[in-house]
Amino acid sequence: MSTTQSDSAQVSQFDLETTPGQGGIGEAASGYWERIKGGDLGALPAVIGAVVLVIVFGIMEPDSFLTEQNFANLLNQGAAIMVLAMGLVFVLLLGEIDLSAGFTAGTGAAILGVTLTNHGWAWPLSIAAALLTGVAIGLAIALLVARLGIPSFVVSLAFFLGLQGAMLLIIGEGGTIPIRDDAVLSVMNKNMPVALGWLLALIVIAGFAFFQFWAMRTRKKAGLPTPAISVLAVKVGALAVVVLALIWLLQQERQRPNAPIVIQGVPWVVPLVVALVVVLTFLLMRTSFGRHVYAVGGNAEAARRAGINVPNIKTLCFILGSTLAIVAGILLASRDNSVSPTTGGAQTLLYAVGAAVIGGTSLFGGRGRIVDAVTGGLVVAIIANGLPLVTQKSGVQFIINGLVLLLAASVDAISRRRAAATGR
Amino acid sequence: MTQAVEGQQRAPLLSLRGINKSFGAVHVLRDVDFDVRPGEVTALVGDNGAGKSTLIKCIAGIHPFDDGEILFEGQPVTIHGPKDANALGIEIVYQDLALCDNLDVVHNMFLGRELHSGITLNETEMEKRAGDTLKSLSVRTLRSLRQNVSSLSGGQRQTVAIARAVLWNSKLVILDEPTAALGVAQTEQVLNLVRRLADNGLGVVLITHNMNDVMQVADSIATLFLGQMAAQVRAKDVNNTQVIELITAGRSGDIGLKPREAAEAGVA
Repeated sequence: MSTTQSDSAQVSQFDLETTPGQGGIGEAASGYWERIKGGDLGALPAVIGAVVLVIVFGIMEPDSFLTEQNFANLLNQGAAIMVLAMGLVFVLLLGEIDLSAGFTAGTGAAILGVTLTNHGWAWPLSIAAALLTGVAIGLAIALLVARLGIPSFVVSLAFFLGLQGAMLLIIGEGGTIPIRDDAVLSVMNKNMPVALGWLLALIVIAGFAFFQFWAMRTRKKAGLPTPAISVLAVKVGALAVVVLALIWLLQQERQRPNAPIVIQGVPWVVPLVVALVVVLTFLLMRTSFGRHVYAVGGNAEAARRAGINVPNIKTLCFILGSTLAIVAGILLASRDNSVSPTTGGAQTLLYAVGAAVIGGTSLFGGRGRIVDAVTGGLVVAIIANGLPLVTQKSGVQFIINGLVLLLAASVDAISRRRAAATGR
Repeated sequence: MTQAVEGQQRAPLLSLRGINKSFGAVHVLRDVDFDVRPGEVTALVGDNGAGKSTLIKCIAGIHPFDDGEILFEGQPVTIHGPKDANALGIEIVYQDLALCDNLDVVHNMFLGRELHSGITLNETEMEKRAGDTLKSLSVRTLRSLRQNVSSLSGGQRQTVAIARAVLWNSKLVILDEPTAALGVAQTEQVLNLVRRLADNGLGVVLITHNMNDVMQVADSIATLFLGQMAAQVRAKDVNNTQVIELITAGRSGDIGLKPREAAEAGVA
């Protein structure tokens, strides 16, 4: 609590804003700077991280890292991590953790592989079976965490082991199941026609602009303070530049010169990730459920007293986390064209946690966004892609990956302390 | 401060008659009578363990009464849970605030009872109503309704918690030690707000340990002593010393429990 003196100063200084604030860009920028100084870093670490890494890897390996082919690769490598991280955002928002998410993804991939290849199911049926398994896993974890009160760290560690075993049993000892279904394979291996790629860019930019201005109009009509139109224009413009640049890169021909076939266009996984971001962001920011997730993560006791069914909210979050992990598993299987007992293992989970945290989601609960999973996932993908180009030694790679995760967690902890100190 | 004159008093909003409550072998409330009138601040005072918290938790529906009668606006009612209490128009502001630091003022005020249009949250309507409520309470100390509660001072947070309680056309607001953690200026700010609630026609119950608060805003003072209602008196009829005697001994002169009762209560 601040001192009495400063508080009484506030009494005389501020008034409840009743007039629309037309602050303009300068005010918005200084407000942003205030937030950053106050420990609310948002996506800044991810953006800085991505820029620095691209420069470093670009200087060290200009011929292999800075190619259109590699950029498309990088998105493919990152997509599963991003989706896994989106699921983890829900769990992390509660202040919980799901260490089993990686092997949940693997289990989903295994079920997909076995039903598709060994039993010849149609792909929608296989995917539905895998997703339902995800719901069941999430429900089981949630029952133990939310109803029985076992720390999620322990429950999900047990599931980490158990699901690894389940995968081995499903796949069969030492086996690898190939995936031959075209629909499943095309997600990670095929690209959108060039025209459709541009259409996607247009829809994303126009959609974002529409909702920004529509929200502003509703507020204006209601007589509430609104940001200046110039601020919105800058936001929309910045998004447009980034989206158009990325799509343009993906539209380039990525084969070596004189190659027999042309490979260009946006990989099909990109619209899938965009759609997930839109739907899940809507769920978190515009519905009661989302609001209650933040409330439970911020102060579970306050949420309970406000009449929110805390165990139900937790259960839904764990189910969403595990189901999205299954989606990530399907992407992994599609990318590898096969499922093996190591699918979803190794660093997959830590990459996903790292992605969420680097993107700005707090490990302490109550702070985070779906888009964090994408921005953070991009940084992680750059590391996962660039590091093997720079060094072949996997020992060095492991150590660097561990350090990156620690660095992200430190940024989170420090910004939290700053936030507590400045009262944000 | 006291505006209501004896004889002009309005009928009680809430009346408890012969309330008993035990937790196992511990008889926490014994034959408690308690009245709250609209437009008045009723202070509920008593030493630690006197039964204040139990009494309000029973009114809030968190614990059921063992026996006794509850009259709300003259009608006998039963309260089986917090939702029943809310439906009657009873709101409680807890001592430890129960706000979510990571949400803004509007989100906190509507937490658990969000307004919708379709399946989406109706943010503009919520912000408008939150603003109107704060204005009706003459709250002018918030910079923006969209700032996170974590950036507010203790007094401002208490203000938000109280505003949340009056947002729902509530009739009775119970405040559990609202000034316990506040500095001098902030306490003043909150007490003014408490007074305004009553002046707006609400029944207000103020639980507090602070005699200054009691003497400053209360119209009526109810003193619990070891689970019994020692006395409920008009604030202007007693002085500070008498209230403290009621709290510590259950009686003061000819007000309060009979000597024998007080002694028995002490034994129990």
